[in-house]
Amino acid sequence: MKYLADIGSYFIMLRQVFSRPTKTSVLRELILKEIDELVIDSLGIVIFISFFVGGVVAIQTALNIDNPLIPDYLVGFATRQSIVLEFAPTFMSIIMAGKMGSFITSSIGSMRVTEQIDALEVMGINPLNYLVFPKIIALLLYPFVIAISMFLGILGGWVAGVYGGFSTSDAFIQGLQEDFIPFHIIYAFIKTFVFAFILATVPSWQGFYMKGGALEVGKASTNSFVWTSVLIILSNYIITTLLLS
Amino acid sequence: MIVVEDLHKSFGEEEILKGISTVFEKGKTNLIIGQSGSGKTVFLKCLLGLFQAEKGKIIYENKAIQEMDDDEKKDLRQQMGMVFQGGALFDSMTVQENVMFPLRMFSKKKKEEMLHRVNEVLTRVNLVNANEKYPSEISGGMQKRVAIARAIVNNPRYLFCDEPNSGLDPKTAILIDNLIQEITQEYNITTVINTHDMNSVMEIGEKIIFLQKGNLAWEGDHTQIFKTNNKDVTDFVYSSDLFKKIRDIQNLEN
Repeated sequence: MKYLADIGSYFIMLRQVFSRPTKTSVLRELILKEIDELVIDSLGIVIFISFFVGGVVAIQTALNIDNPLIPDYLVGFATRQSIVLEFAPTFMSIIMAGKMGSFITSSIGSMRVTEQIDALEVMGINPLNYLVFPKIIALLLYPFVIAISMFLGILGGWVAGVYGGFSTSDAFIQGLQEDFIPFHIIYAFIKTFVFAFILATVPSWQGFYMKGGALEVGKASTNSFVWTSVLIILSNYIITTLLLS
Repeated sequence: MIVVEDLHKSFGEEEILKGISTVFEKGKTNLIIGQSGSGKTVFLKCLLGLFQAEKGKIIYENKAIQEMDDDEKKDLRQQMGMVFQGGALFDSMTVQENVMFPLRMFSKKKKEEMLHRVNEVLTRVNLVNANEKYPSEISGGMQKRVAIARAIVNNPRYLFCDEPNSGLDPKTAILIDNLIQEITQEYNITTVINTHDMNSVMEIGEKIIFLQKGNLAWEGDHTQIFKTNNKDVTDFVYSSDLFKKIRDIQNLEN
C-alpha cells in the first residue's frame, strides 16, 4: 500500500512540476545554473570512468579470447558494442544516480528541512516548478554527456588495446566498423533521454517529500539512489525489449 | 485586518484546532502565545493557507481564503510576508539576492530600482555592508534581519512571524521585536507573531491570544495579561522563575 501511495505522489509531483510556471527570466537563470551544476560538473568523473572502463573492457576481451579462429578485430567490436549499448547509457546513468541524484535529493531535502520550500510556497511560488522543471530542461543535455562517455570509452579501449599489445590499431578500428548498426546509436540515445528524466525527477521527488531533519536527508539520498537505479534498470529492460527484440 | 471564524483543523483523528474565532487588526502586532503543542504553528499555517481547515473561515479584508480561486490565493500570497523561525534564507543566494528575490519574482521593476529598494529595506533593518555575504557567513540575529527585510521588500499587507527571536540572545531578541513593531506601525500592516517568549509579550503585545489545547483560552493585550485571573494564562506567564520573583516582589510591595 505504501508503494502505491509513493507512486501516486510521484505522478502528482510530475503534474505540479509542469503547472504554474515560474517567471521566464528567473527560469532562464535557473536552467543555466542547473546545466552548470548537473551537466558540466559531472564531466570530470564521466571522462575518467569512461576512459578507464573502456580500456578494461578491451583488455578483458583480449585476455579471454585465445582461439586463433576468432578474428583480431573482435576486441574493437566487443568494446564498441559494450560501451555504446550498455556501459555509456545505462551504467554511466547508474553512476550518475549516485553523483547527480544524491546532490539533487540532499539539496532539495535541505531546503525542506530549513523551511526554504515553505518560504517559496508562502510567496506564492510553485516550488516544484521552481526547483524541478529547470533540472528536467538542463538534463536534456545529458545525451551529450553520454556521447562523450561513448567516445572516451572507445578511445580508452583503443589506447589500452594498442599500447597494451592486445590488438593492432588497424584491427581495432576494423572491429569498430564491423557490423555497425546505426539504429544502436538511436536506441542508446532514446534510453538516455528516459534515464535523464528519471535522474531529474526521482531524486527531486525523494528530496521534496522527505520529512524530518538532517538524518532523514541522508536516508532520502540513499533511497533516491536505490529508486533511481531500480527504475533505470527496469526501464532499460523494457526499452531493450521494445526496440531490439 | 484578518478575521478568523470558528476554525477547526484535524490531523487524522486528532483535532488540533477546536473552533478558534478572533480578529487580527491592521497596524497592530498581534501575538499568538501558548505552550508547545497548543496548536500555534498549525494555526499560523492555516492563516498562511499552507494547511486547509476543515471548518470555519479565515477572511482577509472581505474575502475568505477558502472561497478564493488559485489566482486570488496567488495574489493574496504576494501580499504576505513571512519570517520563519530559522530565517529560511536561500543558502545559495547572497543577502542581497535573498532580499531581491520577491521583487525579481513578482515586480516589473528594473534592476537598478530593485537594488535601490533592497538597499532601502536593508538600511531599515539596520543591516549595512552585508549585501554580498551568504547566510552561512552572518550571525543568527543578522539572518533574522535579512528575513524581515525579505518579508517587507514587496510592501506586504500582512506580516507573519514564527518565533522571530528564538535562538537569539535577549538583547538582540528585543531589537528584533522592536523592529517588527516599528515596521508594523510604519507600513500600517497586519502583523501576526507566533511566540512563547514573555519578553515579546511584554514589549510588543498589542493584541495577544492565548491558545490552550487547540482552544482560544484568553485574549487581551500586554497590560491585561498580568492582571488576568485565567489560571491557564497565569500558569503560562509565571512559568519562569524570573517572572515568579517579579510577582512575589510586587505582592510584597502591595
